[in-house]
Amino acid sequence: MSWIHRTAAEQAAALASGEVTSVELTQAHLDQIAATDGELHAFLHVDAEGALAQARASDERRKAGNPLHELDGVPIAIKDVLTTEGLPTTAGSRILEGWIPPYDGTVTAKIKAAGLPILGKTNMDEFAMGSSTENSAYGPTRNPWDHDRIPGGSGGGSAAAVGAFQAPLAIGSDTGGSIRQPGAMTGTVGVKPTYGSVSRYGVIALANSLDQLGPCTRTVLDSALLHELIGGHDPRDSTSVPNAVTGLADAARAGAARDLNGLRVGIVKELQGDAWNADVVERFDESVALLKEMGADVVEVSLPSFVHAMAAYYLILPAECSSNLAKFDAMRYGRRVTPEGSPSAEEVMKVSRDAGFGDEVKRRIIIGTYALSSGYYDAFYGQAQKIRTLIIEDFKKAFEQVDVLVSPTAPSTAWPIGEKADDPLAMYLQDLATIPANLAGVPGISIPSGLSSADGLPTGIQFLAPVLEDARLYRVGAALESALFEQWGGQITPAAYAPKGAN
Amino acid sequence: MTETLIDFDEVLEKFDPAMGLEVHVELNTNTKMFCGCPAVFGGAPNTNVCPTCLGLPGAMPAVNAKAVESAIRIGLALNCEIAEWCRFARKNYFYPDMPKNFQTSQYDEPIAFEGYLDVEVEGETFRIEIERAHMEEDTGKATHVGGSTGRIQGADYSLIDYNRAGIPLIEIVTKPILNTGAKAPLVAKAYVSALRDLVKALGVSDVRMDQGSMRCDVNLSLAPKGSDKLGTRSETKNVNSLRSVERAVRYEMSRHAGILLSGGSVLQETRHFHESDGTTSSGREKSDAEDYRYFPEPDLVPVAPSREWVEELRATLPEPPAERRVRLQADWGFTDLEMRDAINADAIDLIEETVAAGAAPQAARKWWLSEISRRANEAGVDLVDAGVSPAQVAEVQKLIDAGTLNDKLARQVFDGLFAGEGTPAEIIEKRGLALVSDDGPLLAAIEDALAAQPDIAEKIRGGNVKAAGAIVGAVMKATRGQADAARVQQLIVERLS
Repeated sequence: MSWIHRTAAEQAAALASGEVTSVELTQAHLDQIAATDGELHAFLHVDAEGALAQARASDERRKAGNPLHELDGVPIAIKDVLTTEGLPTTAGSRILEGWIPPYDGTVTAKIKAAGLPILGKTNMDEFAMGSSTENSAYGPTRNPWDHDRIPGGSGGGSAAAVGAFQAPLAIGSDTGGSIRQPGAMTGTVGVKPTYGSVSRYGVIALANSLDQLGPCTRTVLDSALLHELIGGHDPRDSTSVPNAVTGLADAARAGAARDLNGLRVGIVKELQGDAWNADVVERFDESVALLKEMGADVVEVSLPSFVHAMAAYYLILPAECSSNLAKFDAMRYGRRVTPEGSPSAEEVMKVSRDAGFGDEVKRRIIIGTYALSSGYYDAFYGQAQKIRTLIIEDFKKAFEQVDVLVSPTAPSTAWPIGEKADDPLAMYLQDLATIPANLAGVPGISIPSGLSSADGLPTGIQFLAPVLEDARLYRVGAALESALFEQWGGQITPAAYAPKGAN
Repeated sequence: MTETLIDFDEVLEKFDPAMGLEVHVELNTNTKMFCGCPAVFGGAPNTNVCPTCLGLPGAMPAVNAKAVESAIRIGLALNCEIAEWCRFARKNYFYPDMPKNFQTSQYDEPIAFEGYLDVEVEGETFRIEIERAHMEEDTGKATHVGGSTGRIQGADYSLIDYNRAGIPLIEIVTKPILNTGAKAPLVAKAYVSALRDLVKALGVSDVRMDQGSMRCDVNLSLAPKGSDKLGTRSETKNVNSLRSVERAVRYEMSRHAGILLSGGSVLQETRHFHESDGTTSSGREKSDAEDYRYFPEPDLVPVAPSREWVEELRATLPEPPAERRVRLQADWGFTDLEMRDAINADAIDLIEETVAAGAAPQAARKWWLSEISRRANEAGVDLVDAGVSPAQVAEVQKLIDAGTLNDKLARQVFDGLFAGEGTPAEIIEKRGLALVSDDGPLLAAIEDALAAQPDIAEKIRGGNVKAAGAIVGAVMKATRGQADAARVQQLIVERLS
């Protein structure tokens, strides 16, 4: 099996044993990108030269016996939402075309400080608005399982890159499901950590009170390793929690023993029903059966306010983003469009914003501006915050009864590119199951639950845990993953990208 | 546009003024409100900046604890309640000097609220009620080049310096100030002056109005005499000296009255104050003003000062200005009238510093309230900006006490000081102003004067000492005032006895 088909943990072990060099690993992934990304378009920017330079430095550290971290030398891809000094950062928007940040976001800095070569920046829906990556101003990313289908979004680039073996690790950002839903669509693992446990400094904000960076990988253990690397308190992010969430990789390793005795699992009553495709529910039910087999105590719990989550989310998010995106006025950075004649600063702002933002971005700016307007604030933003409080209360009550909650990650498998492009509401509904976690700040993980009996595409299962109890997700996730891998004979991989001789 | 201005006395016959004062104080913290950049005045443009205060994508704010401390101390000194829990909010509007196109400020949850400050005007005490004191960040500084107005409309281009962006500000807002009548302009001035003294005593700001570290917006409205309803207000922005505060109130009262008496209605609008002639002119109309779409800043956690901390800070408050004045009056031995004049002239700090530098209180009072006040008035500036420091005044007085200068020569030294010719000693040297302390030249001048006026010499010899005055005068003239008149008198008497 070639190096790119190994997990990040396996690659790290091979680096540690001297079986492979970081330059070899990095080059192998760059080769895969070169071979596949013309079609896939998971990357907006590939930094081959920079990645190889970092790999060489990593190899020298290894040789000198001074690796910086367990993952030193294992290459990584970063969603284009996070600033990287010297590397273009566009958030998938035309308005930031050509912008090269003069600083590293905290997570970028942590990745560099741990010695992981950065392969490049991955594609995303513009400013992370979308569930299909079709809203990228630079064109859609394709699903490695079927190039005519979407890879999910907004982090379709990171999920596709990991799913297509272009990178063993990737950073995503999850505001309403943008890590977990693409994970489900591409048969990969995605984690949204507890709000505040991973620094947002350097993340081009979509909705500050909802955004959270997290890992995209092919295995639960790899996500745990990456999560531990990027987490921790950051004085630059006032909303960051005081202490790092720990014990994640340990929980993943313990979970792989498949002993879930004593674990109370709650199936969310409100995340079932007609909106959920039968093929997705079929795989979900099988996974739940496996959980029971491993000793978990499975019950149904009700979180009644979940039915209002979507409405609250689509007021809070646009409100925050309408303000966040005001800074993109072409005055200080980014793409400027200057109308004819001698336009005023205000006219340049207007024309540049009109040319620089896509339709979905404009739609949300308009909704958010309206929701915050004098006379409407209480009815919209104020009410949405009340619903948010109710959802937090629902989670609290539910977690008195169970240790983790479970649901399908998304209502359907990946759909054909273009199918929902003109139907924003249908697109929004994709995030039904993932949004509540963002509203409450609780952590969530999506892992593959199998392939649809209807279309052969991956389906995902999501676990949610109380705030700061991210370790529970890794325990239960790794247990289920281990049981499923046994059934499948290993990871499920798209045929076009599978190792030769496998599957 | 020519305004119809009504005579001040006539305004008062027909209207009651109501004022609201909004004062911005720039804190002297080492770093900015939400980032680690130096918060300093001056510096090459756009050098004290970082991703946060430039509003770069991805950057986040973090609250400066020292600024919160300063805000709480200001609140406590203004007898305010201190919030147990409060948040920052975003004030959304587009303007090129705003890096994020929103200002991070406090909206409906100020750190301090419901306080007061007592001020004295001509022996009468006015309690100015404070509605709130809140924290916010300053914007960048825009310079509009070209065009006639110096404003963004019509400018050829604009230069923006973000060094100022993110410097911590405290905005202190009064409740409507009513029932001040003819004293309204003086009350406004006295309030800003008292606030400035208070903040200065706290040591949390330079409070230099001339440098913009303290800025005042004056809201004014008139209501028909006896009416209990407030009229429509105008908001005069950036009134940047104590004198201007008084003038702005006076001008707006006359202008509003002109509109109202001619049957018009006052436009609710922002106005610009013009230092040159004490007038105001229309800015953008407030009725047009944007909806700021305030909402809580999601990148910051609430500020929740513990009661213990608040009490610790209360213990650090300096002596209240009113008590301080009582103490100083007793220390200095000033009469009530002398003290009041000194307060009205805004000379208390200056006298205190001059006394601290070694001058007698009465001497310090005399210089600040006569010579220097006169010149400040002529130049149209506040006393503190007249161009002379307390240390220099004390030095001049020391030279008088030592017999090196007399009052007349001292005034010439002040001429030199106002002209920026250096220290008092340097000016004396350059201008050759010192009293002639050597008897030789004086005796020679006396000889000349006696020879020129032999009849006077006879009178003196005859016992008419008063006649010596003529000789003293002649000697003073001959020495161009640089003789010590008493010494000359003594020498004449000795010479002729």
